[in-house]
Amino acid sequence: MEFNVTLLGQAITFAILVWFTMKFVWPPLTNMMEERAKRIADGLAAAERGKQDLEAAEKRVADEVRKAKQQAMEIIATAEKRATQIVDEAKDNASTEGARIVADAKGQIDQEVMRAKEALREHVAQLAVVGAEKILRKEIDAAKHADLLSSIKAEF
Amino acid sequence: MASNAIEYINHHLTFWNSDPSPARGFWSLHVDTFSVSLFLAFVFAGVFAMVARRASLENPGKLQLFVESIIELVDTQVKEIFHAKSNVIAPLALTIFCWIFLMNAMDMLPVDLLPNIAQWIGHSFFGLEPHHVYFRSVPSADVNATFAMSLSVFLCIIGFSIKAKGLGGWGKELLTAPFHTHNPIGAIILAPLNFIFQLVELAAKPISLSLRLFGNLYAGELIFILIALLPWGAQWILGAPWAIFHILIITLQAFVFMMLTIVYLSLAVEAH
Repeated sequence: MEFNVTLLGQAITFAILVWFTMKFVWPPLTNMMEERAKRIADGLAAAERGKQDLEAAEKRVADEVRKAKQQAMEIIATAEKRATQIVDEAKDNASTEGARIVADAKGQIDQEVMRAKEALREHVAQLAVVGAEKILRKEIDAAKHADLLSSIKAEF
Repeated sequence: MASNAIEYINHHLTFWNSDPSPARGFWSLHVDTFSVSLFLAFVFAGVFAMVARRASLENPGKLQLFVESIIELVDTQVKEIFHAKSNVIAPLALTIFCWIFLMNAMDMLPVDLLPNIAQWIGHSFFGLEPHHVYFRSVPSADVNATFAMSLSVFLCIIGFSIKAKGLGGWGKELLTAPFHTHNPIGAIILAPLNFIFQLVELAAKPISLSLRLFGNLYAGELIFILIALLPWGAQWILGAPWAIFHILIITLQAFVFMMLTIVYLSLAVEAH
């Protein structure tokens, strides 16, 4: 064990080395490591937030889907109701329309019958006149008996 | 053989002193201790400063991860033990750990490697007698190196104490702890006793720090030298286990020195 100036030299080297570490090694490295730790923590927090957002969005989507289904069912129900209503209305309309057509036809038939009767009457009258002419040609003057003939025609 | 062996051991345990005369005084330098530890200081500072300069936040390389793991180790210890705020203690602990580790690790070199190179250089280029060229490659097996560090730590302890408690507060603590009384006469009687206790406690710190490191490394080196005296074919039988065991000692001693430094400084800052 021999103490000499080596001790001083070593102490100076040591002091300079510690100063150097304090200045150029420790702060940059620890700052960088802290920054990295912070970034990792931030990233994890962001991931967690993203997961929560996703969960909320999924819940909202499920809600929307459920609401939409409900609406669709309501729409279908009203549509069905409306359809039966329309069918019923159409049935009613058709039956009244049919009744009207039948009534019209009956009216027309009646008219036709009347017209036919008229025509027949004319015809029969002419036939009677023609017959009577033929019968009376000899003895009766058509002009003389016109009054009589028209009164007969009116009686038809 | 016996005288040869003693000569061999003595040769290996002699420093390369800047003043070869036996009557040298304080102003002589152990060139080997100083230069090897200076070289190792450059290695440490160079590697760490380079990593710190090129440090990448996103994409750290393997060397950076290695350096970061050491820093993490030191930082964890400092944060666990030292609760006050200080910008000095963590870099100090890191420097102690790395520098001592590197100095200790010189023990893993073959015992004859650096001395033989030194002898060859001295003989070939400076025409020196090989027997008078001495070189010890493990700086931490030199009390000058270990005491230089432990006394620096000692100064830090005193500095931290004064900074934390003030000169008066620290002086008061030297006189009133560990034995404490509210009786004024008792306090006066206890004051010298306390002072002696505190001085012993204070002085024991640097001495135990440096002698522990020195003793371990000196013993390790000595055993390597003794193993080197065995026939070459048998050296590995003892050399390999001792070298493997020494890996543990090298790291452990560096770690212990660092830990005790942190503990002493935290004691200096905290009140008794």
